[in-house]
Amino acid sequence: MLKQMYDVVVIGSGPAGLAAAVEAKKQGAEDVLVIERAQELGGILQQCIHNGFGVEIFKEDLPGPAYAQRFIDEVYQLGVEILLDAMVLDLSSGRRIYATSSQSGIVELSARAVVLAMGCRERTRAQIHLPGSRPAGVYTAGTAQRFVNIEGYMPGSRCVVLGSGDIGMIMARRLTFEGAQVERVLEIMPFLTGLMRNYVQCLRDFDIPLQLRHTVSRIVGNNRVEAVEVVQVNENREPIAGTEEVIPCDTLLLSVGLIPENELSRKAGVALDPITGGPYVDERMQTNISGIFAAGNVVHVYDLVDWVTEAAYLAGRSAAHYALEERRRFAGRVRLESGNNVRYVVPHAIDRESLAEADQRLQLRVSEPIEERVSVEVSAGEERIARSVHRYVRPGEMVSIDIPQKAYDTVQRAESLRVSIRSG
Amino acid sequence: MNSKAYDVIIVGAGVVGCMIARFLSRYKLDILLIDKEADLCMGTTASNTAIIHAGYDPVPGSLKAAMNVRGNRMWDTLAAELGIPFERRGDYVVAVGKEELPSLDALYDKGMQNGVPGMLLISGDELRRREPGINPEVSGALWASTGGIADPFAAAVAPAENAVRNGVEVMLETEFQGFLMDGSRVVGIQSSRGELRSRWVVNSAGIYSDAVMHKAGIRPEFKITPRRGEYYVFDRADIAINNVLFPVPTKVSKGILVTTTVHGNTIIGPNAQNIDDKEDRSVTREGLNEVWQGARKLLPQLELKHAIAVFAGLRPAGNAPCATAGVDCKNDYIIEIPDSVSGLVNLGGIESPGLVSAPAIAERVVELLQDAGERLVEKHDWDPIRSPRPRFRELPKEEQKILVHNDPSYGRIVCRCESVTEGEILAEIRAPIPARTYDALKRRTWLGTGRCQGGFDIPRVVEILSRELGLSPLEMSKKGVGSRFLTRPTKEVEADHAEADV
Repeated sequence: MLKQMYDVVVIGSGPAGLAAAVEAKKQGAEDVLVIERAQELGGILQQCIHNGFGVEIFKEDLPGPAYAQRFIDEVYQLGVEILLDAMVLDLSSGRRIYATSSQSGIVELSARAVVLAMGCRERTRAQIHLPGSRPAGVYTAGTAQRFVNIEGYMPGSRCVVLGSGDIGMIMARRLTFEGAQVERVLEIMPFLTGLMRNYVQCLRDFDIPLQLRHTVSRIVGNNRVEAVEVVQVNENREPIAGTEEVIPCDTLLLSVGLIPENELSRKAGVALDPITGGPYVDERMQTNISGIFAAGNVVHVYDLVDWVTEAAYLAGRSAAHYALEERRRFAGRVRLESGNNVRYVVPHAIDRESLAEADQRLQLRVSEPIEERVSVEVSAGEERIARSVHRYVRPGEMVSIDIPQKAYDTVQRAESLRVSIRSG
Repeated sequence: MNSKAYDVIIVGAGVVGCMIARFLSRYKLDILLIDKEADLCMGTTASNTAIIHAGYDPVPGSLKAAMNVRGNRMWDTLAAELGIPFERRGDYVVAVGKEELPSLDALYDKGMQNGVPGMLLISGDELRRREPGINPEVSGALWASTGGIADPFAAAVAPAENAVRNGVEVMLETEFQGFLMDGSRVVGIQSSRGELRSRWVVNSAGIYSDAVMHKAGIRPEFKITPRRGEYYVFDRADIAINNVLFPVPTKVSKGILVTTTVHGNTIIGPNAQNIDDKEDRSVTREGLNEVWQGARKLLPQLELKHAIAVFAGLRPAGNAPCATAGVDCKNDYIIEIPDSVSGLVNLGGIESPGLVSAPAIAERVVELLQDAGERLVEKHDWDPIRSPRPRFRELPKEEQKILVHNDPSYGRIVCRCESVTEGEILAEIRAPIPARTYDALKRRTWLGTGRCQGGFDIPRVVEILSRELGLSPLEMSKKGVGSRFLTRPTKEVEADHAEADV
């Protein structure tokens, strides 16, 4: 039986939602509810049957469902309440929740704190303005992954993958395992957009060609895909006439980016960063709406699930503290700005007092790859307060850097902090 | 082989064919509606601008003008009886710069000649007040209060369902191949399902209407040229245009407009390009760019990143001159019982404004049959009403609660972006004309039309369809023959099956 009021309601039960619920409960929140739209917990991890999960957090290499199961077991042990097969349709800034489910009908309840953990969705064909006909056989990589790994059916037998995102590369390998012919992976950018390890393990090891600076210029076939026309692009990503090549195939998979899923956040008045597509958050993962926190790919798209878990622990802890009215001293925020070759930084701001408690971790993505020694720097005006050195930086791989506690005094005086990439 | 003899066979189940079926279902006639596709309305009706035109655009004196204005008047009653989403919100023709102003006067005059009520010329300032995002260079607009928007799919599905309710039979995936003739009289058709006999055949084959009439040996000079129009659809969360905005028309088309739909999405388009292939509904880089540039002329603040879908449709543009002497219209509608062949009601070139005209064309067909001596006797139990099925997303919360309480399947969201529930999907699969493909469900429920474009719902819909139809998921298709989603089970599933067989 559902309650009318919860301490913490977590929306979504992927890795972010599960970790947030676990941590909220451990931090003393009594009534914690997870609302999940699918008929089981775990979110997208359930269809990620490949390994590569947990290397950072558990020091083990787990498949997605096994990684999820550790948290699923924990939420049940801790007595977190679960509402499955339920979709939250409305969320107010006052944390009133309106959801529908086939089991419990329409549900209305309130929360002292909310954690948004709705994850992200895949960019579609229309969003990259892909010309041609509209036949069956054009799928996002994640949809194809669900067909293969959950439903047990193959979406095609001869495939082209557009986009070098991680799911696309993983599906190229998966479909190859299943006996399909994967003709090639195309990437419009001059660099890989997913993880290098996925390129090595999924494409190179299976002799699947990757073509950078190439895209699909036309889909052919009225009923089912019959071919795609592929073209090379110039530095402005425009097709170069005369480079067209027609590849016969019955399937086109799209792995052309992920977008945080924030339609619900908008309803609550949560302000979104146009660069990340997710909420502006502070160092506790709180959005601009008091008592509404966010964790995981709903904030920005992560490269590894381990970092999602880490951020969700933080969001769950913050939500529990908020619900239990453990107010902290509030000293005002200092903004984090993206400097040279930094596409974005999360969190968007930190409280000046936060360094009194602990180092503060920043996560960022770069705009351009640099395949040589670089340093990531955080500075307050002319003063550098943090620096880390990396062998390379790549847009597909997130970069983390900690602001040390010893920068406390500098941060008190700073108007903003700037994160930049420097050579050497 | 169907040994039954029908009174009327209607070839083509677009909006025109479906309306004719519905209007004829009032009379004691055995009627069969056929279409070559797996669903109704898969041709021109499936992809157009969904406008109920006021009638100021067609050449005065043409059949197009007459059908448009007559049809426009019918829509309030029609939409109410059949449960077709329809909003008479008026439309604007927008002049940008002083040089376009004379075109508005010319349209106003044409409208007056065509008998269009409720037109008004308004100033640029007034339009800027009504649509603040409009191009600041706007110099004036023609406001037509009788213009409207409708759901084009429901405009075909609803009358067809009402026709079925009143005894009409529907056969899909049934292709017209030729006429059965007795001398110069049509006595039926040869179809992909064999011979089908009838006293009358109605040619409402849309883009293929030329090929159908040629099989009867009439109007050999008549030719349909597919004229492709491309569109962008925008996310309603990001862009909400309240009005229907036309540019001043060109010689070939009404131009690239910006309009809202009954589902609240802004759409822009269409361009106009003559092509050869009657099945080629592909979008092109050049065409989309043309649409984009055209729409920005009206609304400079549009942003392409908010586009969530692109599509293209084919206008069945004919070349029949207006039958009335002195009227300069070279591509008028054909709505006739030809002199040389009896038993045939021949339609052709029903391009825009075909959606608004469809009910008037259906009435005209009834009149033609009566004029030809057909004694039409009304059924005493004819029911003009077809109730729409509930749409969860559009209901107020209190009604959502009742719906879910009475049928829990309405509580399960299958399409997250458009909040389409399993209950709605089941209702369409169990409807009088069952939806049996993904696109058929999409047209009826609007599932898969939002931001994720089916990424979330496709596997779920395939599962529901296969369960309800009692068929393997492998047989589920996007739009019928040749468009299956899946090719075979995975190795593991195949192995499980093999084991189970042993």
